[in-house]
Amino acid sequence: MAMQSMKKVIGSIEFGILSPQEIRKMSAAEITVPDTYDDDGYPIEGGLMDKRLGVIDPGLRCETCGARAGECPGHFGHIELARPVIHVGFAKTIHRVLESTCRECGRIKLTDEEIDEYMKKFEVVGDRKKAKDKLIKEIHKKAKERMVCPHCGAPQFPIKFERPTIYYELRKDEEGNEYKHRMMPTEIRDRLERIPDRDLPLLGLHPEKSRPEWMVLTVLPVPPVTMRPSITLESGIRAEDDLTHKLVDIIRINNRLKSNIEAGAPQLIIEDLWDLLQYHVTTYINNETSGIPPAKHKSGRPLKTLAQRLKGKEGRFRGNLSGKRVNFSARTVISPDPMISINEVGVPLAIAMELTVPEKVTEFNFEKLRERVMNGPEKYPGANYVIDPEGRRIRIMENNREKIVNELLDIGWTVERHLEDGDIVLFNRQPSLHRMSIMAHRVRVMPYRTFRLNLPVCPPYNADFDGDEMNLHVPQTEEAQAEAKILMEVQNHIISPRYGGPLIAGIQDHISGGYLLTREGAYFTRPEVEQMLTFAGVEVDELPEPDKFENGEPLWSGKAIFSLLLPDDLTIWYRNKLCDESERCDALERLIEEKFIPDPDEVRELAYDGFVYIQNGKLLSGAIDKKAYGREDGKLLDIIVREYGAERARQFLDQVTKLAIWVITHRGFTTAIDDEDLPEEALDRISEIIRDAEERVNRLIDAYRRGELEPLPGKSLEETLESKIMAVLAEARDNAGSVAEKYLGMGNHAVVMAKTGARGKILNITQMAAMLGQQSIRGKRLYRGYRGRVLTHFKPGDLGARARGFVTNSYKSGLTPQEYFFHAMGGREGLVDTAVRTAQSGYMQRRLINALQDLKVDYDGTVRDPTGIIVQFKYGEDGVDPMRSWGGSTLDVDRVIMRTLLKSRGNGRR
Amino acid sequence: MATKKEFNVFMHELVPEHRVLSEKEKEELLNRYRIKISQLPQILVSDPAVVELGAKPGDVIEIKRKSPTAGVYYYYRLVVEG
Ligand SMILES: [Mg+2]
Ligand SMILES: [Zn+2]
Ligand SMILES: [Zn+2]
Repeated sequence: MAMQSMKKVIGSIEFGILSPQEIRKMSAAEITVPDTYDDDGYPIEGGLMDKRLGVIDPGLRCETCGARAGECPGHFGHIELARPVIHVGFAKTIHRVLESTCRECGRIKLTDEEIDEYMKKFEVVGDRKKAKDKLIKEIHKKAKERMVCPHCGAPQFPIKFERPTIYYELRKDEEGNEYKHRMMPTEIRDRLERIPDRDLPLLGLHPEKSRPEWMVLTVLPVPPVTMRPSITLESGIRAEDDLTHKLVDIIRINNRLKSNIEAGAPQLIIEDLWDLLQYHVTTYINNETSGIPPAKHKSGRPLKTLAQRLKGKEGRFRGNLSGKRVNFSARTVISPDPMISINEVGVPLAIAMELTVPEKVTEFNFEKLRERVMNGPEKYPGANYVIDPEGRRIRIMENNREKIVNELLDIGWTVERHLEDGDIVLFNRQPSLHRMSIMAHRVRVMPYRTFRLNLPVCPPYNADFDGDEMNLHVPQTEEAQAEAKILMEVQNHIISPRYGGPLIAGIQDHISGGYLLTREGAYFTRPEVEQMLTFAGVEVDELPEPDKFENGEPLWSGKAIFSLLLPDDLTIWYRNKLCDESERCDALERLIEEKFIPDPDEVRELAYDGFVYIQNGKLLSGAIDKKAYGREDGKLLDIIVREYGAERARQFLDQVTKLAIWVITHRGFTTAIDDEDLPEEALDRISEIIRDAEERVNRLIDAYRRGELEPLPGKSLEETLESKIMAVLAEARDNAGSVAEKYLGMGNHAVVMAKTGARGKILNITQMAAMLGQQSIRGKRLYRGYRGRVLTHFKPGDLGARARGFVTNSYKSGLTPQEYFFHAMGGREGLVDTAVRTAQSGYMQRRLINALQDLKVDYDGTVRDPTGIIVQFKYGEDGVDPMRSWGGSTLDVDRVIMRTLLKSRGNGRR
Repeated sequence: MATKKEFNVFMHELVPEHRVLSEKEKEELLNRYRIKISQLPQILVSDPAVVELGAKPGDVIEIKRKSPTAGVYYYYRLVVEG
């Protein structure tokens, strides 16, 4: 239809007050009858459901535009008020304007000089709302205190405003007695009319868009029926909208007022009706006006009138404009799938058959789409609707699909087909705190009922699988799909804009597995190599030469296999987390420095797990740990993203995580209580350390008691004692930890995880195996509880280690009841901290977003707000996007030189 | 009577250099960023640094700041009443 192709672009929006003329001009009918439908259920002419205001009943035609229900947008009507009434929304403004202007001549009560001065100030202020409001306030304050008009010399009176819509003048009679004069809306309107246009800017009003007298209503717009439809209940009774109810009241009182005026009724009766009209108009606009009782339904429920429709969380702005329920979206529980790509999302079949993508029929997809339509909504891959070239949607059903396929469907039609593999969708997890909370994924339709996602995308969404749900949205136009693909796809967010390192990266077992694969001494047989490469989806024409033979069987090193995933010309070296013999790293570093391109065999000679050296895509030294492709400091991943692009990085991450998973599952990797077993001699050493520490603590306490303790600068004697004790105990735990560490090698899986950065810290292992150490609250030893002691098991005033929360047992050996209680005390602090922190940071985040959301980087590099006010003359002061920078600077010159040299020399030699 | 203690804010190491722009420099600045003067960030005349400089409303002040990202960073502010 013609309606379909009618598109308009909003050029600008203007806010102002409707003038009576405008209200009449936009009105399709004057409404005078306080009723809706007649006994036959037909709209009454001149009533609130007048057909000139649009139609909602099927079958009727609008008398203004001729369209049927659903197509007619509705049209405004109007009510001519018998007497003017105050618009509550402007009650305060009216008071301010009355106070600021002369009661005789209507001029603003400022001298001509003051007017000039303020006019100039307005020019300087420009569009800054805050400064403008301040000026207006200042003018008001100055003008209302003038008790004689500077223009005509007329004496002025203070004006009292009584909520919500009553104004008094505090006049004085000849004898000087004060008396209150009630100003009726007619009088107020007369005064407002007298204010000349040129004075209005000083009052914050625009002469053409908002004359002050328009704030006193003489004509009331009646909204179209389409925005207050009546509902037919099951019982057949019509229920009218709250707005309609209110309008009925207004018209009824208005008519009564009119006839009373015409009949020349006493002033008192007229004023009573007038006030009643004012009440109805006020509650019609805002039924939560303070100072008057809200208008109520027969049932006692307060009516939802105009202001209530807009206000609050469920209101038009927050509930329907800023955020709304949308079609083409789905929500379900998420679960992990390490086999799909990081930029894919597994979509349950049931959802794929409900969500659709509109696809235009062309000669290239005609056959495919015919098949989809033929399959219909019930059979996957099918389609739910077809749209003809005029824009009519036709639901595909059992009885019409053959006709659609054979007779109707043609080039130019659109088919709303089921979601299929490869479609672009947006995937989101709340709270959406940063832009990586919504990313574009490609669909993989799968059985069962959960969304599936690969593990490296858990950190950006902050997702886990303990019941988390996520949302999915299907972009419906080619533009939206292209935009999502280019700007939002997962691989484009591997690097975090916050710290410039990878955010989407290998986690946990990916790291442990990478280490097990690449550490010194890891060799694999041909079947193993073939299996793991196939599993990881790595295509190689030919395996490299085996690294060694054992009993005639060829073996490949994990490093050689890992190298197959790397770009051919990648060169990089770095110390990783495993480096604890820095001489060995130094030696390798020196070799690289001297030879620049050292001979691979020479490097292998010195190879050390703690120093990674990759030369032209070959891992020659070092094991893979968190620094390779882990979060925040995965250097390898970082370099691949920057030098080979996001797509290559995605491929690398997909392959490397799968490879690591193959290795870790086939080798076997678990942690159990025996990972914390320590030999007898180690336990003895730890006991000794504890005994020694306790003794030292006791000696400190004795010294303190005898008054022999020297206070540290800036500390009291007690504080000195505490800090010395804490130092002794911290040292004791560290020593116990070192002892435990000495006995736990890389054969221990807990240690492997901690050292490679896969999960946990060494501290966690020492607490499990050796001892828990000092428990603390706010950085202090525990002291709260009973008088002079934490628990009644200790003597009052006992300052000893054990009495103040020093736990000598480990998780493995088990805590005593007292120790357990101390541990719970310390643990509580952590819980409270996180709870408080999330609440505070959430609030701070919201405030920051509110302040910054509309700022943007302009083409000239400046940061500006929407009005063009400059906030930064250069983005971030240096104009650098952290996501695309090299550790904060625009370029890593050393690396560029290195790469250039490598290229030229490499080509020259080989 | 003891002499009043002189205190100059610019003596403090955390206060960056401030300078009043000449009319010509002001013009250039506005042209460079293609802005109206009201689109500049602002600073109150009562600001201690502005008081020290003796700048008047309508003047533009150049602030030479040390920046952790850029080394030196120039910021411009319009002096306003208040
Ligand atoms: Mg969860
Ligand atoms: Zn119509
Ligand atoms: Zn006057």
